[in-house]
Amino acid sequence: MANGTIAVSPHTAEVDFYNVRTKHKGILSWLLTIDHKRIGIMYLFAVVFFFLVAMTIGVFMRLEMLTPGETIMKPQTYNSLFTLHGVIMIFLFIIPAVPAVFGNFFLPIQLGAQDVQFPKLNLLSWYLYVIGAVLALTSLFSGGGIMDTGWTFYVPYSIRTTTNVSLSVFAAFVLGFATILTGLNFITTIHRLRCPGMTWFRMPLFAWALYATSWIQVLATPVIGITLILIILERAFGIGIFDPALGGDPLLYQHMFWIYSHPAVYIMILPAMGVVSEIIPTFSKKAIFGYVPIAISSLGIALVGYLVWGHHMFSSGISDTSRVIFSLLTFFVALPSGIKIFNWVATMYKGSIEVTAPMLYVLLFIFIFSIGGLTGLSLGALNTDLHLTDTYFVVAHFHYVMFGGMGIIFFAALHYWFPKMFGKMYNEKVAKTAAIWIGIGFNMLYFPMFIMGYLGQPRRYYDYLPEFQKYHIFSTVGSWVLVSGILIMYINLAIALKRGKKAPDNPWGGTTLEWKTSSPPIMENFKEIPTVTTGPYDHSNMESQEVKK
Amino acid sequence: MSYNSDSSVQEIQEVHIHRDDFGSKMGMWLFLFTEILLFGGLFIMYAGYRYLYSDGFAAAATELDVLLGTINTVILLTSSLTVVLSIVALQKNNKQLSLFFLWVTVLCGLIFLVNKYFEWGAKFHHGIYPKGPALQNMSEGEVLYFGLYFVMTGLHGLHIVVGLIFIGYVMRQIQKDVITSVNFQKLENSGLYWHLVDIIWIFLFPLFYLIH
Repeated sequence: MANGTIAVSPHTAEVDFYNVRTKHKGILSWLLTIDHKRIGIMYLFAVVFFFLVAMTIGVFMRLEMLTPGETIMKPQTYNSLFTLHGVIMIFLFIIPAVPAVFGNFFLPIQLGAQDVQFPKLNLLSWYLYVIGAVLALTSLFSGGGIMDTGWTFYVPYSIRTTTNVSLSVFAAFVLGFATILTGLNFITTIHRLRCPGMTWFRMPLFAWALYATSWIQVLATPVIGITLILIILERAFGIGIFDPALGGDPLLYQHMFWIYSHPAVYIMILPAMGVVSEIIPTFSKKAIFGYVPIAISSLGIALVGYLVWGHHMFSSGISDTSRVIFSLLTFFVALPSGIKIFNWVATMYKGSIEVTAPMLYVLLFIFIFSIGGLTGLSLGALNTDLHLTDTYFVVAHFHYVMFGGMGIIFFAALHYWFPKMFGKMYNEKVAKTAAIWIGIGFNMLYFPMFIMGYLGQPRRYYDYLPEFQKYHIFSTVGSWVLVSGILIMYINLAIALKRGKKAPDNPWGGTTLEWKTSSPPIMENFKEIPTVTTGPYDHSNMESQEVKK
Repeated sequence: MSYNSDSSVQEIQEVHIHRDDFGSKMGMWLFLFTEILLFGGLFIMYAGYRYLYSDGFAAAATELDVLLGTINTVILLTSSLTVVLSIVALQKNNKQLSLFFLWVTVLCGLIFLVNKYFEWGAKFHHGIYPKGPALQNMSEGEVLYFGLYFVMTGLHGLHIVVGLIFIGYVMRQIQKDVITSVNFQKLENSGLYWHLVDIIWIFLFPLFYLIH
């Protein structure tokens, strides 16, 4: 693609998509837009807002755990807070963050298209997301109080509790619909709108990752949809399907829940892996090592990830046979993930590595995600899992995978594509400092949880035995370091947004199509539809476009 | 944001919309996948409980009226046929005939709903509804059978209503000559949706009415 025949000259008088004349004026030019870039930007501000909200809740939870017994809140408040933290982070931040923000903005551009296949449906997805978010927020201030079931809504408690479960669950249903429509849109876009010469195996790996993700979104989300609707019906009418008092089986609920929610874990991580596969070649100045295995392993993760839900239920009372099978399948998922890690590291080998802020985040990701992935195997093994289940070990594991995986890569993507999205450069030094703070704070916050969990500290308790206090103090202090790092990062980007230097078209020497157009891109993305003649990470012709410092 | 004056970019948003019948059909098929999985969840639960409570399920199934179920099946199958006929009619540029067949489809859908209304009404009348007096005296298997029955046929009925709305919208577009013999993808898509509703019923009918 490096020597694609694109006649886009840099820095012409071409009008970027922010300043282009649109059908509607002012705020309506955003709220009624069908431009994938504007929709991506709207998603960005929404997910960052919800991330900050859920992060604040997390800080308060850590503060409560500073001392044994009641520190700043009652047990019921703590129950509601960890539910809220989970629901907001999962449904409003982690699931939509990378696909809806960067996928929307960059998928069409990377494919050399002008927009997604169904632009109006895309806008509808954004509105469904906002409606879901508003419903979730409404549920906090109405009905019987803030939901206290945890983000998993396990029956029979979610049927019995008087808190406002129905509305929150409905919010999750609506958010699921938004996810489905985005996935449907992306699959069709990838099939139909690739530019001339863009064969399947010339697609950037980010597009491959989004393709695998979209299939999971389309195939898994409806199952949680019907399950959540059944909770609402159960609460409203008492139909009995999940109610043990009427003959229903709570275990069946857990199956139905995790049939979606385990693949959802890969909805969260796969797009992040796609971003990593973009950033590493760019800053190693080298083509990716093992393009095809990385592309195929995304599909592999999607496929195997569909079949491992039972490992969330090892201690719930499923049969030994199913436990052994699910445990074995769980180990299989580690294979495609391992393939990716090895290929990324091999890409850097003998490359000309430039440790910029995005690259620093990616390195941090490889370190953290490896710990998260390997501890996942301890949990996937039956005997260790029985000891560690429902302890802080699990909490530490999924924060290492989710936050360390997807969250850190969200930051990386934000720094990598910031110049392209906003046409401004940020302060590199501050960005790197923030990344280091985040790295230190993250490990301080979550690593002690592995130890605590191993020693038997159960999750979701607002209280603990005094001997755990030293770990809790360490962890809480870590949360302060982490949060200050995150705040420095966002403030640095906010300043760049206002006063940053104008970004060149290709500040990093990237080779994929988004670096061939202006920063920010024009409304139609390209002046003329590009034609692609090589693979996505061909650095052989990049010497002439040396990075402008 | 300020607006630069550049006259070449008027109505720029329009370029983002282009016609791609194949892509649009593909999107519809993906959507149908999601619908199948939505019902798939319910079918899995049905299978699980049928295995656990086979006696209760067999006893409860005798409460349903096979004749009414059969009539409804015939009605839905007919309506699927008329949707196909209406597409063919439009392709052959016979707008009136196409509209006629769609009217027949809508009529079939409505009759189906009316029958369903009487079926549900009869159950309610006998106290068979969640937490209803008759249901409380039944075994757990029967309670679950009727729980699933109301949820699955209810959700299916909802899909019929949505399908009718789609078809109604398409009929207006045909009248206004927006959907024509050379641009009929929307009609075909709503036809696909209608077939899906039909297929789901073809599974619901034997599972609830015929297996005793």
